[in-house]
Amino acid sequence: MARFLARRLLGAAAVLFAVSVLTFLIFQVIPGGDPALRMAGREATPQTVHDVRRAWGFDRPLYEQYATTMEKILDGSVVSYSQQINVEQEIARDLPPTLSLALGAGLIWLLFGVLFGVLGAVRAGRASDRALTVLALLGVSTPIFFLGALMLYYLGYRWGLLPLGGYVPLTRDPWGWFTHMLMPWLALSIASIGIYSRVLRAGILDTLGEDYVRTARAKGLSERRVLVHHVLRNSLIPIVSLWGLDLAAVIGGGAIVVESVFDLHGVGQYAAESIARLDVPPVLVVTLLVACAVVVLGVLVDILYALLDPRIRLSA
Amino acid sequence: MSLPPPTPARSEPTVGTEPPLAAARAPAGPWRLVAARLRRSRPALVCGALVLAVVVACLLAPVYAREVAGTGPDENHITDTVRVGSRTLDVVSPTGVPIGPTWQRRFLLGADPNGRDVAVRLLYGGRNSLEIGALATLVTMLLAVLIGTLAGWFRGLTDGVLSRLLDVIWAFPPVLLGVALGVALAIGGLDLGVVKLSSGSLLLPAAIVGVVFVPYVARPLRGQVLALREREFVDAARVQGRGNVRILTGEILPNLTSTIVVFLPLMLANAILLEAALSYLGAGVQDPNPSWGTMLAEGIRLTPGAIHLVLAPGLMLVLVVFGVNVLGDGLRDALDPRAVAGGRG
Repeated sequence: MARFLARRLLGAAAVLFAVSVLTFLIFQVIPGGDPALRMAGREATPQTVHDVRRAWGFDRPLYEQYATTMEKILDGSVVSYSQQINVEQEIARDLPPTLSLALGAGLIWLLFGVLFGVLGAVRAGRASDRALTVLALLGVSTPIFFLGALMLYYLGYRWGLLPLGGYVPLTRDPWGWFTHMLMPWLALSIASIGIYSRVLRAGILDTLGEDYVRTARAKGLSERRVLVHHVLRNSLIPIVSLWGLDLAAVIGGGAIVVESVFDLHGVGQYAAESIARLDVPPVLVVTLLVACAVVVLGVLVDILYALLDPRIRLSA
Repeated sequence: MSLPPPTPARSEPTVGTEPPLAAARAPAGPWRLVAARLRRSRPALVCGALVLAVVVACLLAPVYAREVAGTGPDENHITDTVRVGSRTLDVVSPTGVPIGPTWQRRFLLGADPNGRDVAVRLLYGGRNSLEIGALATLVTMLLAVLIGTLAGWFRGLTDGVLSRLLDVIWAFPPVLLGVALGVALAIGGLDLGVVKLSSGSLLLPAAIVGVVFVPYVARPLRGQVLALREREFVDAARVQGRGNVRILTGEILPNLTSTIVVFLPLMLANAILLEAALSYLGAGVQDPNPSWGTMLAEGIRLTPGAIHLVLAPGLMLVLVVFGVNVLGDGLRDALDPRAVAGGRG
């Protein structure tokens, strides 16, 4: 276990390093990327631009700029170019809505994805399975922001059942938090429920043909026991890895569309705004956050693997 | 009857209704089997026809604009009125609320806040959305096949570099990466020396959407090539002294076609959706060019004033993407020799 964690940490450090260097370099080569020109303002004299460049160290060699930026990120003192506000404080402000979104939606889509996947597999070929297939495809085919807009219009505006967007902190008003998050959770989950149920259904149907399933049935085990202990346990493995990756993406701002439809002010919106301003430090921090989430959830997924399938050891 | 003389076939006009011998006697090839299986799948056929109908309708956008609606996609009618039944209504009310569907020739699906005909814009927007989707899919497939086969075939350093490149693209959530590229490139356009894309060009979103999805296809292809290169028929080709290029194009690529065909509709559906999302976030198609994504974005901004502006482009998107997905499902089942209609349960 210790060796496994050590290896994963080393790997993670390498990934984080590569991602940060690449993000940093991308912003050096894109047109209009020179921050000094933008920071000096619209009617800047060459002298002002020069001063800004000196003051912020943009005249230093690239590797030095990278090193100082990373140093500041690590000790939490990095500020954005455009507004000169501490980046980590900004992200700490935007992280609660995004985490609420990720965890709630993640639970919903895992639960219903597994439920519908099992239902579809058990009733494969029958009308209910076909109905689930059509629903799943419909869910996958619906743009999230269209779904979100319809929800806002009907559930929020026309019928007045749920509040019209915005975020309420969990600590201040748990019920308000729940009602405000319900629509974003559903909007974000629908497509994933479709994907997960389809993947699981196919996996279960594949596993049902395995020899050990026949053996389990021959032993006289009940169908429910065979399904839960022998089939589902194995078919859940791809689902779990998918879940880890998807959740990491949401935490890292991948749910930007949902965040902006429901006006949650999450990490995704912050990232998009920073990208639009070509503001390197916030983008760097967000990318590192994504990479961290991917790594942490990757470790979690591997541990879940080992729990689901004892043949998998935590050494690789 | 006897065999025709062995003259070059192209100089010989076909006599009578005799089918060419080779075709008549050839056993059904794998692709013909697939086509036959696909023909038996009614949902796939219906959805294929549906998608085709939408494509044709969008291609006929100028005809509809000229002959039916009598207005172009960018023409404003803010101060105009339109007769519905016996009443005369403002196209855009004095408070700025556009008219809803009239279900007649002019403003069939209503107007937008600029007094533009939504139905006309829907067809023109569909052209852009579908065009970008198709081009993006092409970009994804070309790059993925290239990267996947090279990485899988040469392994070693080539594989290392290409796979890390894919990892980097994969490290970012697709929408976020798309927004980043879209915003960055919308400012200055893209200049690759050989290819130049100006910031308003439709090729820009197509290229961005295409690149974002490359790892999703390139990875499985690489894995397949890694397995294929150890097979006997590849050894045989190598022993015959064939070079890398000939083995790749003659032996490996044909074995990848079914995977590629399965990915095509899937990627098309995803590309159309991502383009819509990018346009919604302002990083895709730029105004005044319509696309279903930009129209939907505009509708959402005006909610709850005019829900028809949300419903029209949104339902078109769902319709087309759903159709492509069902078609893709049917195609995958038709290509999978183990698949039995209705599952194995």
